[in-house]
Amino acid sequence: MQTNILKLDCLRKTFGGVVAVDDLSLSFNKGEVTSLIGPNGAGKTTVFNLITGFLKPTSGKINFNDTELNHKKPHVIAAMGIGRTFQNVQVFSNMTVLENVMVGRHLRSRSGMFFSSILPPMLRGEEKRIRSSAKERLALLGLDQYADVPAGSLPLGNQRMLEIARALALEPTLLFLDEPASGLNARETVVMGRLIQKIKSMNITVVLVEHDMELVMDISDKVAVINFGKLIAEGTPNEVQLNPDVINAYLGT
Amino acid sequence: MKIKDYIGIGILIIVIAAMPDLVGNDYYLGVLIFTAFNCLTCTGLCLLMGYTGQISIGHGAFIAIGAYSSAILTTKLGWSPWTAMGCGVLLAAITAVIVGIPTMRLKGHYLAMATLGFASIVHIVSVAAVDVTGGPSGISGIPRLQIFGFALNSDTRNFYFSWGVVVVGLYLAVNLIHSRVGRGLQAIHGSEDAASSLGVNIAVDKIKILVLSAIYASISGSLYAHYVLYIDPGPFDIMHSVLLVTMVAVGGLHNIWGAITGAVLLSLLPEFLSFLSEYLQGIGIRYQTDYDTLIYGSILLLIMLFLPEGLFEGLSRSLKSISGFRGKLAGRSSERAD
Ligand SMILES: Nc1ncnc2c1ncn2[C@@H]1O[C@H](COP(=O)(O)OP(=O)(O)OP(=O)(O)O)[C@@H](O)[C@H]1O
Ligand SMILES: [Mg+2]
Repeated sequence: MQTNILKLDCLRKTFGGVVAVDDLSLSFNKGEVTSLIGPNGAGKTTVFNLITGFLKPTSGKINFNDTELNHKKPHVIAAMGIGRTFQNVQVFSNMTVLENVMVGRHLRSRSGMFFSSILPPMLRGEEKRIRSSAKERLALLGLDQYADVPAGSLPLGNQRMLEIARALALEPTLLFLDEPASGLNARETVVMGRLIQKIKSMNITVVLVEHDMELVMDISDKVAVINFGKLIAEGTPNEVQLNPDVINAYLGT
Repeated sequence: MKIKDYIGIGILIIVIAAMPDLVGNDYYLGVLIFTAFNCLTCTGLCLLMGYTGQISIGHGAFIAIGAYSSAILTTKLGWSPWTAMGCGVLLAAITAVIVGIPTMRLKGHYLAMATLGFASIVHIVSVAAVDVTGGPSGISGIPRLQIFGFALNSDTRNFYFSWGVVVVGLYLAVNLIHSRVGRGLQAIHGSEDAASSLGVNIAVDKIKILVLSAIYASISGSLYAHYVLYIDPGPFDIMHSVLLVTMVAVGGLHNIWGAITGAVLLSLLPEFLSFLSEYLQGIGIRYQTDYDTLIYGSILLLIMLFLPEGLFEGLSRSLKSISGFRGKLAGRSSERAD
């Protein structure tokens, strides 16, 4: 028996006249990789933004482990153990690669403004722990040789890896990846696929938005297809691939 | 690296210690004391602008709040300067929260506009509220600071004290930058969305850093009042706020040492210009004070064009590339020797 970690109930989002997400009901199983696919403009990123608090739903409910997420701010949702990456990569280009991941430890450390500025020796232990766990994440993603490089100078593929390292530093139980393979070459995409499987093996539930169908079909336990904000199919990769509605949505009107 | 910053502070302390003997002239010592006040304000402003990416064009107002709190509370109510300074800090912090809350939630340059408006209000009040602020004629008879009965009654003492405060302010800022909180602030600058996705409470952190920078400015204002012993609205106008932003930007936004460099250079520039005008007059060229503005503007323009990352980063990068080039030459000649 599978347990849900996240459940969307009649989720709806409109932008003026545009219905970006149209009464979407969908649940995500704990420990699985679920892919959310659909043509451009289908509403996938909007779903991510609704769940992670960057957008407010017009109506509907989002439940994470039986807690309602509606109207919570992004940083509160992060504190509940939900991590994410961005379709248009958002590394902190003014900081080094290691510092980027250290920001990911923000919620796993406590020191405030007062002690940080007045008594830094008191926080040396915490600072050391932040640094070493950030380095672990970098090593996991094979970025350790870039630790002291400004993040903005990394090639796109590595920036996408860095975003994942940073999100993993949060120690999430649920991770949203928005097109992690876009802009990556074939070899990098294979590495990304293996990485996502590794993340799954760390007991992290993954929700993936991706246009690379080979990658999606390879690593997903479940695939949900949306078009114009509506769910049109849901099932195992095989089931979805054979669904005539899906073929229609992808091959044209 | 933090070590580099600590070494920088060490060098600064040595320079400060030697300075009064090197200068040996009370007028220039006075100029350097004003420079210290600007350095203090710019340190706080750099945390806000350079590291967190929030622009304030109204920090002159926080300086005014500190200066007027000190002046009014000591002369009219007979409070001790230290208590008055503490009150100024509190008042500056509270106004920073009030200005910050409505703007910090919004993206974009709302803070710049709000602080600009706020600064003009403070300036107007300082001119118009004659009963409290003395209006355009200001407040005189402000007492000197005393440290454990030790009066700051000479320029040398004031010099050491105000630069001592700058060193403490820098030390705190450097520690903050290299901490969890400081990384959160830099993350906000880099990407607000990514920062909040990692649990940084961006609205609260932006207000906190605005408050901290307002406190720096307020202390600088109080020190100014207790050094000059007389204040009027003049030095706290919008132009001064703009000048502070320029100091931070010229030195280099993303580096606290850049802010210090910019503050020192732009504080000393008027002195260089008066040297220049005397020299030109000496050789028979008529120099008008209007030229000051022209030279000012040209310097800024040149820096922004050729060293957009600021004087500090720009010059250190050029030095590095020169030494790197030398290194390469040396490497090549040793290869040849093999
Ligand atoms: N902030 C916004 N304001 C107005 N309209 C928006 C906004 N964000 C998304 N939309 C619209 O909502 C619809 C869904 O967009 P969304 O970005 O979620 O699509 P997507 O499935 O992620 O597409 P892609 O595969 O191209 O990334 C589109 O029509 C888009 O124009
Ligand atoms: Mg998208």
